[in-house]
Amino acid sequence: MRVNVTVNGVQREADDVWPGESLLYVLRERLGLPGSKNACEQGECGSCTVYLDDVPVCSCLVAAGQAEGREVRTVEGLASDELHPVQQAFVDKGAVQCGFCTPGLIVAAHDLLERTAEPTDAEIREALAGNLCRCTGYEKIMDAVRAAAAKKAGVV
Amino acid sequence: MITGGIGESPLRPDGSLKVRGQYAYASDLWLENMLWGATLRSPHPSARILSIDTSAALAMPGVHTVLTYKDVPGENVYGLKFQDTPVLAEEIVRYQGEPVALVAAEHPETARQALKAIKVEYEVFDPLLDCELVAHSPEVSPLHPGGNLVRYQRIVKGDPDATADVVVSGVYEIGMQDQAFLGPESGLAIPEDDGVHLLLATQWLHVDQKQAAKALGLPVSKVKLTMSGVGGAFGGREDLSIQVHACMLALRTQRPVKMAYNRLESFFGHVHRHPAKMYYEHGATSEGDLVYVRARLYFDGGAYASKTPVVVGNGTTLSVGPYNVPHAHIEGWGVYTNNPPCGAMRGLGAVQPTYAYESQMDKLAAALGMDPADLRIRNAMSEGSTTVTGQVVDFPAPVAELLQRVKDMPLPDASTSNILQLPGGASNTTHGEGVVRGIGYGVTIKNISYAEGLDDYSTARVRLEVIDGEPVATVHTAAAEVGQGLNTVQQQIARSELGVQQVILHSTDTDVGDAGSSSASRQTYITGGAVRNACRAVRAKLQEMAGTSEELTSQQIAAVLGSAVIEETREYHHRRTYPLDPENGQGNAHVQYGFSAHRAVVDVDTELGLVKVVQLDCAQDVGKAINPEAVIGQIQGGSAQGLGLAVMEEIQVADGKIRNPSFTDYLIPTILDMPPMNIDVIERPDPHSPYGVRGVGEPPTISATPAIANAIRAATGLELPRVPIRPEHIVEEH
Repeated sequence: MRVNVTVNGVQREADDVWPGESLLYVLRERLGLPGSKNACEQGECGSCTVYLDDVPVCSCLVAAGQAEGREVRTVEGLASDELHPVQQAFVDKGAVQCGFCTPGLIVAAHDLLERTAEPTDAEIREALAGNLCRCTGYEKIMDAVRAAAAKKAGVV
Repeated sequence: MITGGIGESPLRPDGSLKVRGQYAYASDLWLENMLWGATLRSPHPSARILSIDTSAALAMPGVHTVLTYKDVPGENVYGLKFQDTPVLAEEIVRYQGEPVALVAAEHPETARQALKAIKVEYEVFDPLLDCELVAHSPEVSPLHPGGNLVRYQRIVKGDPDATADVVVSGVYEIGMQDQAFLGPESGLAIPEDDGVHLLLATQWLHVDQKQAAKALGLPVSKVKLTMSGVGGAFGGREDLSIQVHACMLALRTQRPVKMAYNRLESFFGHVHRHPAKMYYEHGATSEGDLVYVRARLYFDGGAYASKTPVVVGNGTTLSVGPYNVPHAHIEGWGVYTNNPPCGAMRGLGAVQPTYAYESQMDKLAAALGMDPADLRIRNAMSEGSTTVTGQVVDFPAPVAELLQRVKDMPLPDASTSNILQLPGGASNTTHGEGVVRGIGYGVTIKNISYAEGLDDYSTARVRLEVIDGEPVATVHTAAAEVGQGLNTVQQQIARSELGVQQVILHSTDTDVGDAGSSSASRQTYITGGAVRNACRAVRAKLQEMAGTSEELTSQQIAAVLGSAVIEETREYHHRRTYPLDPENGQGNAHVQYGFSAHRAVVDVDTELGLVKVVQLDCAQDVGKAINPEAVIGQIQGGSAQGLGLAVMEEIQVADGKIRNPSFTDYLIPTILDMPPMNIDVIERPDPHSPYGVRGVGEPPTISATPAIANAIRAATGLELPRVPIRPEHIVEEH
């Protein structure tokens, strides 16, 4: 089947899509956007998180056909020439090690800060509880989200 | 003025690409005409293959080839320590998940369907599962020609029959932990120049190359390996997974072939941490001085040897911990069973005994009426101490200081009524009723680098030239950046040694000499040493050209060099180690030790058995922090893996089969599980290592687990002899 989807503001189409393919597969293997990651492909790790019509979803759990005619924003669509403040904070605070969880965490943290300008630590933890990271122990991810929130709020 | 040198914390060179989603991991590789490979695995832990019929699979549209053991071009056997593992099973399968056949197809789903169409007839046997039983009757039902004993090691120090005023004993078990790196096993094999080029995620390119060439029947020069982005490793990428399989499919089809496991397959596609059963007896004077330790350690290696011999070596030599113990009798067994194969994981062979001896130290403290931290400090080893193998510690060993530091760190506030911070969290399971708090300690000793006589050296090639008027250094090694920050460290060393700001990292491949493995906390030490040596050779040439022994500024370097290029390749070998005496286990087996101490504070809901780790503090000696922020990152991440083993992580095996091969059922810590940490990094340089560095990555994983277990025991008064400690252990025993 053919899937028409707007990805990062650009109208895209994918042909010969097998109906069982996930949105994650189409993004990674058919549209050249491997930024969303394939760590578990069962909705447990959050590494494939993308916006689907402004709602963050695990793209591994969305059938490609369900994205027909809708808007998808991936980690590749968050930066312009410069990094988004959330991305910059992850780099600056050492929140990236192997980085495989990072794209999903960036989208999840981006979404949190869109909804909650100055989240408490408890709110950050609840918001990111669906994203597994195996390298960092999360402490520097907390630092990064705090820093990005402060920067967005104009505190620093 | 050069910035970003040794002792600073420059940002990692791949950070920006990683946050943009543009860093190319092995599973992101893609070529226009590539095929997808898939692996058929045995459903049985023990069986004979009676027949394999691939005809229906081969006939499916979109399927390009189906391969079995008959198609292995070279020797159908490999292994890190013993050559005992088939590339594809021939006659016998020895564990559930053992590879039996391969498919290459146009689409991954076609490949999966083709696997289902392969007909394999098995004669199923009762699996051999009891590690302790096997250890004492290794000739019964041998899984391999030499029997089921992979390694036995005995260590005797002083009087093995010593007696003491106060004696405590215990039997401790540790479950099978998974590395659970987030980037599944992946690679892309491309037929090239009468050979093959494999792009992949691994921990050691050259050992993969050597094993793959032998199995492929090709000279090493015809098997080129290039590192792709690695999504974590933690030991789980030391053994082969897709390497030979992807190359076989590519060579047969003459098309590029991509293999990428999903999470389910990943649980079967790599080795795990050895589960263990450990019998310990500690004897001490009534004042609290350790007199003796007697221990028997049983490690279940599963179907193939992998790193089991090393686990027995590390496990026995490190079995009494970082303590002065005058008398010891230690025995360790590593055996074959039909359980999942076990091998390398962060803290190799030290995680299991540390959990046991630190449990014993708390038990001893209770028997003596002493504070558990004070008992540890009283017995702590120090520089000049002699280990159970008779090795004199000839470098700093500030064990007592590490313990004192975590003991002195601030404690968290008393338990709150905020449900988000109580066990159960947002599940709203308690408002504080039934919740008790406990504090526990754990300290460890871990050998750094390979041991028992191995020369695990590294190689670095450094090139210096002028580009656009500025001196630029290029560093080329085969050392695996697995997320730990090794590439940053290589840049820092080159900047400091050469006085050059711009340091480019050449792609990591087999066109340069061996770097050894990114394991055993060894790369900053060993590859760091190789980069240092190569840089110093380049600098010597440069100073010769300049006719000076003075340090040169960037501008002077550019002027001296002009259009010339200096390139030097150097190795670094650590000081020699020696095998253990087979009879009494004596010998200078280790290069260096790392030490860390943890203090855990937990709240336990005794009615539901839920545990909340409230605070987890750590002090570690790192010799010299090349990149202090990266060191902190290693301690935080390592501690989280230790927390996972303490309270949630276990591959549950029943009848030789994995029951929970998913992130739904194999739980790793989330951001809600991981508490804030106080961390003290201290630097007592090792006079034998480059810059005084001490391996960093493993110790914090090891000492976190017993600290948390001891805190739960302190809170509940329960014995809790097994980790991970699950809710039913707390509720049923309470």
